Amino acid sequence: MKALAARRHHRLAPVVLLLLALLVTGGVYAALAPEKAQAETVSTQDIETGKKLFQANCATCHGANAEGTAGVPSLIGVGPAAVDFQVSTGRMPMQMNGPQARVKPRQFDAEDTAALAAYISSLGPGPAIPTDEQVDATLGDAANGMALFRTNCAMCHNAVGAGGALSEGKFAPSLFGTSERNIYQAMLTGPQSMPVFNDANITPDEKRDIVAFLVEQREGSAGGFALGALGPVSEGVWAWIIGLGLLIGAAVWIGAKSS
Amino acid sequence: MSTAHDTTTTAAAAPAPTTRTGKAADYLDQRTGIGGVVKEFARKVFPDHWSFMLGEMALYSFIALLISGVFLTMFFEPSMALTQFEGEYPATATGQTVSVAYASTLEMSFEVRGGLLMRQVHHWSALIFMASIVVHMMRVFFTGAFRKPRELNWLVGFTLLILGLAAGFSGYSLPDDVLSGNGLRITDGVVKSIPLIGSYMSYMIFGGEFPGEHIIPRLFTVHILLVPALIVALIALHLFLMVLHKHTQFPGGGRTDKNVVGYPALPVYVAKMTGNFFIVFGVLVLMGATMAINNVWNYGPYDPSPVSAGAQPDWYMLFLEGSLRLMPGQGTEWVIFGYTLPLNVLIPAVVVPGILFTFLIVYPFLEARVTGDKREHHVLDRPRNVPVRTALGVAFLSDFILLAAAGSNDLIATHFGMSINEITWVYRILFFLLPVAAFVVTKRLCLGLQRKDRELVLHGHESGRIVRYANGEYVEVHTPLDDQERWMRVNYDAPAPLEIEPKMDARGVKRKGYGADKRWQGLSRFFYEDRVEPVTPAQLAAAHSHGDHDALEAGGQQAAPAAVGSGSTTGTDSQEH
Repeated sequence: MKALAARRHHRLAPVVLLLLALLVTGGVYAALAPEKAQAETVSTQDIETGKKLFQANCATCHGANAEGTAGVPSLIGVGPAAVDFQVSTGRMPMQMNGPQARVKPRQFDAEDTAALAAYISSLGPGPAIPTDEQVDATLGDAANGMALFRTNCAMCHNAVGAGGALSEGKFAPSLFGTSERNIYQAMLTGPQSMPVFNDANITPDEKRDIVAFLVEQREGSAGGFALGALGPVSEGVWAWIIGLGLLIGAAVWIGAKSS
Repeated sequence: MSTAHDTTTTAAAAPAPTTRTGKAADYLDQRTGIGGVVKEFARKVFPDHWSFMLGEMALYSFIALLISGVFLTMFFEPSMALTQFEGEYPATATGQTVSVAYASTLEMSFEVRGGLLMRQVHHWSALIFMASIVVHMMRVFFTGAFRKPRELNWLVGFTLLILGLAAGFSGYSLPDDVLSGNGLRITDGVVKSIPLIGSYMSYMIFGGEFPGEHIIPRLFTVHILLVPALIVALIALHLFLMVLHKHTQFPGGGRTDKNVVGYPALPVYVAKMTGNFFIVFGVLVLMGATMAINNVWNYGPYDPSPVSAGAQPDWYMLFLEGSLRLMPGQGTEWVIFGYTLPLNVLIPAVVVPGILFTFLIVYPFLEARVTGDKREHHVLDRPRNVPVRTALGVAFLSDFILLAAAGSNDLIATHFGMSINEITWVYRILFFLLPVAAFVVTKRLCLGLQRKDRELVLHGHESGRIVRYANGEYVEVHTPLDDQERWMRVNYDAPAPLEIEPKMDARGVKRKGYGADKRWQGLSRFFYEDRVEPVTPAQLAAAHSHGDHDALEAGGQQAAPAAVGSGSTTGTDSQEH
């Protein structure tokens, strides 16, 4: 200790202390700093891959630089959330022209989708892909989600998200099989006929409540077979087919049995 | 009539009963004279046919409605006061501000043991009740069971149908959820569309501006007191008249307007009816136990602002929904001297059902008038033998089904990948074309079937046996029909159009009432101009004696003319009127 005390006035002591402090700070930061999400680590490599994929698969309609062509929207500024929604649900690349792009088996894996998103996002800023926490249904309030869904979504998507018709062959799809992330992204980006529900309109927490409500619907009905959750029409069809079918069948049997 | 009443007096002379049941029955009989009633009813004969059980199905589902409904009233609170829903289930309702009616519906479904089962049994029973009424009514219509003396009972049945609609509608609205509230809002709009008095009536019904705070308690009274009491009373009348008239029967050998051929109530028919009751009840409970219906917690508590996609009424109201959906909105709302005449609501929601219901009310009387028929009928018509009636029924039915499909146009669009706008336009055109096409096709089918019957009676079944004569000629041998088969095909009326007195009377003056007669004759021609007359005995004899190949079958048929229309009773009981 004596040696240390003797040298603490050495003129290089502050430098050594500074180095030590930096080392500690750096070590603590390295240990505690949040790891960056994979989606956000955008490398120029990704952007290059994305650009090539875009030019091979998307540019025919959306233009060589995603500037859009007649009747096809520009993708500058739509953000990675829109790309991830459209590509991961298989809506894009579009299978065929029609009233609206249909869901189909996805054409790009997660890596290529991320590269495409990176490229589009490099053209102009837009809504980001939500984090896992933002779409975690267990953290949402289903009751609040239902109230929000009823006032904002049910008029097209049906009371529990079974889907509904829009004009001229367009439709609001059923949400029973849509992933939590895609539901969130759809609200954020407003694909096709759907309006955009930005974060000022429905806050991220409220969006998560809606996701929680929709996930809750997948557990089925307390009353038995949900019959598609389509309401009185499907109930009526089943009443005639199953109910009256069984009863008339029984009546024919009783009437045919001679004593 | 049977001689049941005579036997009660002779009961005293009979040896005293020895069994316990016998003693109890005797005790009761000596004090109430119930033996006569039992004897009368035990021997009452019912004809056997599955379609005669359709009305029973309606009755039994009504009993299921009464039983499950009584259970539901124990837990339902008809109040529109607001409350905080405190229950844990369903999670989507916890903490929400809802009406007491809605909260009590949820509590009944999730807290009360068997409550959800009872609710679902009640709702399925309602759907089946209306469906069996409609099918029963179709049976009565197409077989002409509404003819004299049963016209009044047809009207009683029609009133029951309307009361069934009223019961269904009032009950559907009670849980105070978004979907039923949407239905009430449409009702409000329809009431308001009635010229001059509409808005006053709406204020009267809702006790102020829609939705107010009175409609649920009011509908509750209508649903659990007024309508069921009327239904019970009219069912009693319906059944009383049925017993009084005796049951109709399908045509067949030995069956005439003067008898009923079938099985006695005891032991046969009571067993069948009891069995049918348990089957109906079993099916209803099975449906209630396994198939979700009207999960009101999916729709949420009523609030006038939201309407969700796929908002439709129960099936029996769907034709009204469809009629509203088909009606074009532009240019159909007229303002005359400051009064709005909303034809876009008035026509689809008042005029269209008005036409259907008027048709159902007047048809029995109309048909009797154009047939000039005042006889009693207890033997049913085969639908083919009255082509225009059958065709009219199918025409109305086709439009009813079309309107129900129009009420589901959004679901048809999404499930079949079509454009809702195009579906709507196709339905608008079909609304006018389909009944005409259905009428023409059905009438032609009926006439064709009648001609086929005629052909069969005259020439018999093709046997598939080819015989070659010595001279090289080939003929196919036809097997003659047996008596039962022939009876069914020849024993019907093919009335001719009305004949009216000439325009001028004996003194050459134009007769009063000629114009009206002429119009009735025109309508009668519409009904009976095209007809296929039944084969007469003379025609049958001629058919059997002419021609070469018929000689082959003539052997066993010498008595043919006499056999036509004679028929014979098959080993069943027969009761004279």
